[in-house]
Amino acid sequence: MKENFPLNLGSDAPMVRFSKVTKCYGELTVLDSLDLDVQQNEIVSIIGPSGSGKTTVLRMLMTLEEINDGVIYVDGQPLTHMPKNNELIKANEAHLRKMRNNIGMVFQHFNLFPHMTALGNCMEAPMHVLGMSRTEALARSEELLEMVGLADKIHEHPARLSGGQQQRVAIARALAMRPKILLFDEVTSALDPEVIGEVLNVIRSLASEHSLTMLMVTHQMGFAREISDRICFFYEGKIAEEGAPQQIFENPQNERTRQFLSAVLDAN
Amino acid sequence: MQHYLEYLQAYGGRFVDGTLVTIQQTLLAALLAIFVAALFGMMRLSEKWLIRGTSIVYIEFFRGTSLLVQLYWIFFVLPLLGVTFDKFTAGFVAVGLNLGAYGAELVRGSIEAVPKGQYEACHALNMSYYKRMRRIILPQALLLMLPPWGNLLIELLKGTALVSLISVTDLMFEAKQINGTTYLSAESFGTALIIYYLMARVVVSPGMRAFERYWGKKMGRI
Repeated sequence: MKENFPLNLGSDAPMVRFSKVTKCYGELTVLDSLDLDVQQNEIVSIIGPSGSGKTTVLRMLMTLEEINDGVIYVDGQPLTHMPKNNELIKANEAHLRKMRNNIGMVFQHFNLFPHMTALGNCMEAPMHVLGMSRTEALARSEELLEMVGLADKIHEHPARLSGGQQQRVAIARALAMRPKILLFDEVTSALDPEVIGEVLNVIRSLASEHSLTMLMVTHQMGFAREISDRICFFYEGKIAEEGAPQQIFENPQNERTRQFLSAVLDAN
Repeated sequence: MQHYLEYLQAYGGRFVDGTLVTIQQTLLAALLAIFVAALFGMMRLSEKWLIRGTSIVYIEFFRGTSLLVQLYWIFFVLPLLGVTFDKFTAGFVAVGLNLGAYGAELVRGSIEAVPKGQYEACHALNMSYYKRMRRIILPQALLLMLPPWGNLLIELLKGTALVSLISVTDLMFEAKQINGTTYLSAESFGTALIIYYLMARVVVSPGMRAFERYWGKKMGRI
């Protein structure tokens, strides 16, 4: 039961709202009463030192982690909770399954299904979760794999693809579900330097051509600066500073942000 | 050599009969073991403590006590409680339930060994538990558990020799009978030994390896 949280956010709601969200692992508070709005079609990058709760934000939104307090709303509707008798109660599996279709995620380690081809990976969920016909799923998957530049690899298994190619399949797989929100969790961190560019190019084209709300955790500062509408700097479970990329990178107000950016940019 | 050929001429037919019964016992016990292993292995991973607990009790009981004692229980004690099996059924049921308990641990272990990222990908794609298990996790778990299952099935084959003790006329039973009337122990038990070895080495092991290769290919392993 949640008091003081609205049952829904009405028609002009942001695409994502974290409202006083707290996440603890035992004694350790990873996120402390987080408030964060992401507007429709906005691209928000989350940066910060490791252990600052960046990835946890994405994992909570993907419902991979339960939250300890607060409410997350997606497209105006509560995600982590559901209304019952004019109150918000903890969401059940049926509610989560309904809401989860709005959200897709791309992982650091791709997590492709090794026993399926690139095409099979993309067709799997549209057919077996959304109930799409084989013909339709095939057409959509082929189109997406072509978009990520893998038209000639659609029948390959992941083991025969490079890291960059696997990650592009993973992006196509997530897009095949037509999510409204796409989460990128350090998607280039496990890649060899020479293939990072091809993955970033795909994300870049998504950002410009598709209407998609994107939330990404990244260590690619130049890239974050280039494509993001807004940067959030996380420090010890809180947003220490947020703003337009130019402001954050050129004129950070917070001492922690300055330290972090100078450390990261020096290393590059 | 001449002598052994004469021996085979006289008793070969009975060894064949016994071997056929052993094969039947092995196949039926293996089917039961696989079914039981899949069922209790997945129950072992349930979030509901009652289901998980039932599985743990089953696995601990059948792994923790002797197969021979279990066989005697099923054949001699259960009838006192009103459940009667004929000896053939009691034989493969005991072997299947016993080896199935070991198999359940293989199933559990291999499901747990599928990388966590696979579960997370299924979750992110909004797959139901059933779809996730059937289409993503179990096919990969099967590949991981095939090599130890090869071992287990050889154990199972050899374990069926115990059913001779409740007079199922399997290979071991025939060998004992022939030994009892001829006193040719070396020939009788030597022949049984060789037949068991050949079944394990020539049928079960290569069969399992072929299945492993087939499944590995299907799973995109290169």
